[in-house]
Amino acid sequence: MSAVAAAPASLAPTARLRRPSTLTVWRWELRKLVSQKRTYLGLFLASILPIVFVIVQNIHTDHGGGRDNIFASQIKQSGLATPVLMLLFLSLFMLPLIASLVAGDIVANEDGNGTLKTILTRSVDRGQVFIAKTLTAMTYAVIAVFLSAAVATVAGVASWGFNSITTFSGTVVSAPKGLLLVFAANLCYLIPLLAVVSFGVLLSTTTRNSTAAVVGAIGFLFLLLIIAQIPGLESIHPYMLQEQFENWHGLLRTPTDWAPIIHSAWVCALYAVPSLIAGYLVLLRRDVTGG
Amino acid sequence: MIEDAPPVKARGLVKRYDEVLAVDHIDLNVRAGDVYGFLGPNGAGKTTTLRMALGLITPTEGTVELFGRDPMHHGARALEGVAGFVEAPRFYPYMSARKNLELLAALDGDGASARIGEVLDIVELAPRAKHRVGGYSHGMRQRLGIAAALLRRPRLLILDEPATGLDPAGMRDMRLLIRRLAAEGITVLLSSHQLPEVQELCDRVAIVDSGRVVYEGALADLRRQGGAGYRLRTTDDQRALEVLRGQGGIEHPITGAHGLGFQAQEQDVGPLSVALGVAGIGILALTPELATLEDLFFRLTENGAGATPGMDDEGAHASGDATPPPIADDATPRTVQIG
Repeated sequence: MSAVAAAPASLAPTARLRRPSTLTVWRWELRKLVSQKRTYLGLFLASILPIVFVIVQNIHTDHGGGRDNIFASQIKQSGLATPVLMLLFLSLFMLPLIASLVAGDIVANEDGNGTLKTILTRSVDRGQVFIAKTLTAMTYAVIAVFLSAAVATVAGVASWGFNSITTFSGTVVSAPKGLLLVFAANLCYLIPLLAVVSFGVLLSTTTRNSTAAVVGAIGFLFLLLIIAQIPGLESIHPYMLQEQFENWHGLLRTPTDWAPIIHSAWVCALYAVPSLIAGYLVLLRRDVTGG
Repeated sequence: MIEDAPPVKARGLVKRYDEVLAVDHIDLNVRAGDVYGFLGPNGAGKTTTLRMALGLITPTEGTVELFGRDPMHHGARALEGVAGFVEAPRFYPYMSARKNLELLAALDGDGASARIGEVLDIVELAPRAKHRVGGYSHGMRQRLGIAAALLRRPRLLILDEPATGLDPAGMRDMRLLIRRLAAEGITVLLSSHQLPEVQELCDRVAIVDSGRVVYEGALADLRRQGGAGYRLRTTDDQRALEVLRGQGGIEHPITGAHGLGFQAQEQDVGPLSVALGVAGIGILALTPELATLEDLFFRLTENGAGATPGMDDEGAHASGDATPPPIADDATPRTVQIG
């Protein structure tokens, strides 16, 4: 640092700093995410599983006739059946796990590394940091879901063509409309997934431990699954988070059944909003000593 | 930021972790333009106090204001014009130094990104700016921490052990930088274990021990309160020590590797030299020495040390009747009498 003697005058103290917007903080959270290798692990899983599925189906000589699920039975008639089946398979565990990898890590990792104190001693409020981190975890979940859907659609269409598809109610829809329904189904699936993300962010904030937060978020879903198996508790099933993962089924019926989607929206809000409020308050009041 | 408010004003600051009282009613007054040393042994509560000052942790009691704003109430606005780091500066290891600074500049706003090249030059990290911070040495991270602080063009710079892990040249450069920044009008709050560094750089100090301030004020006043110390070499140190003990106005006589040491007022030194002559002891050297900060620090933070100003710690030992200098023990001492 021998250049200190030549420290320029422009470093002279300033009167007032103009503070950055939450959008700026969010943008930088995304850049941090992009810079980390582990980010790509989840996206790799989200994209490789549909490819593996399509390869296995291509090797398999069964043409799908006689399968219980209507989309499984037409797997080799329309490439659009693939993204629907993948959403069905991945929705309960794999996509929540991928989303939790980032949600559970996003605050805890910074706390553990001591970088939380680095950013909290700049010109941003804790609330801005929390909102930006939550938005980033949600963005990642959205990307993972649509990446998986896109890969599944491309792989399915490449293998079995861009053909019309029959929905749950037996109605045949054209390929373009089928594609739109695939997109809408994934969009609806995001409702419960974002509730999982919210819970993951809460755990990340409170536990200060990435592993505990990721395992905790997935463990919570498993706990709900176990509770759902207990006899006599059938009446609470409609209010359990994992039940909402099938909300998109209503889109693939004619006429469209909006009831499960609307129901899942408010049920998921019951999980997400308190989680986010609690996470926000915890971060706002906590002592930052990590690292 | 309130223009005429002091850079740091802490009142009755307390931090308790369950049964542990980490900070016990600390008051601090850092004035504009100060290079303010914040000293204390490990676990004295320095870092906890700085964390409270930066709003990272919530005080159990009391308040701290930066330029008139309390981080607990004003959030990030209280940090306007304030920069620094507590403990080691931390960065994202998977990003380059430049990328880290770009991120922090974005979080600062106010065109801080335009100063990135400038601050990298100042800390001489420009050639390594594209390298990932994960591969940086501790010293390089310390320098990057300074660069990150300078991005904010602070009026108050809070540095917690900035020279830790630096090689001698790095420490010298860090001192030069702090002096330079102070000359530009930046108030510096420097927590350090490097007592000679603090003595060289700081004009005011607070010394904390066991969570309490045992001295706060001008360093010069502290050294004056430490009393004048003298180093004495004679032809017969053993007999000279007996003379010292029997001589009025001579306090805390000790023997050390380099002769004898004692404290006295100047008017008492003349009669001492006469007494030594009468006893047939030749004086080889009699040198006045002001108390060093190190001497005073140990006297304030260690019970029973009682080193005479100017005497090396190594090889020095208190004579049999040497009494440790008194340290004020009232509840919230602002200034204590030493020696």
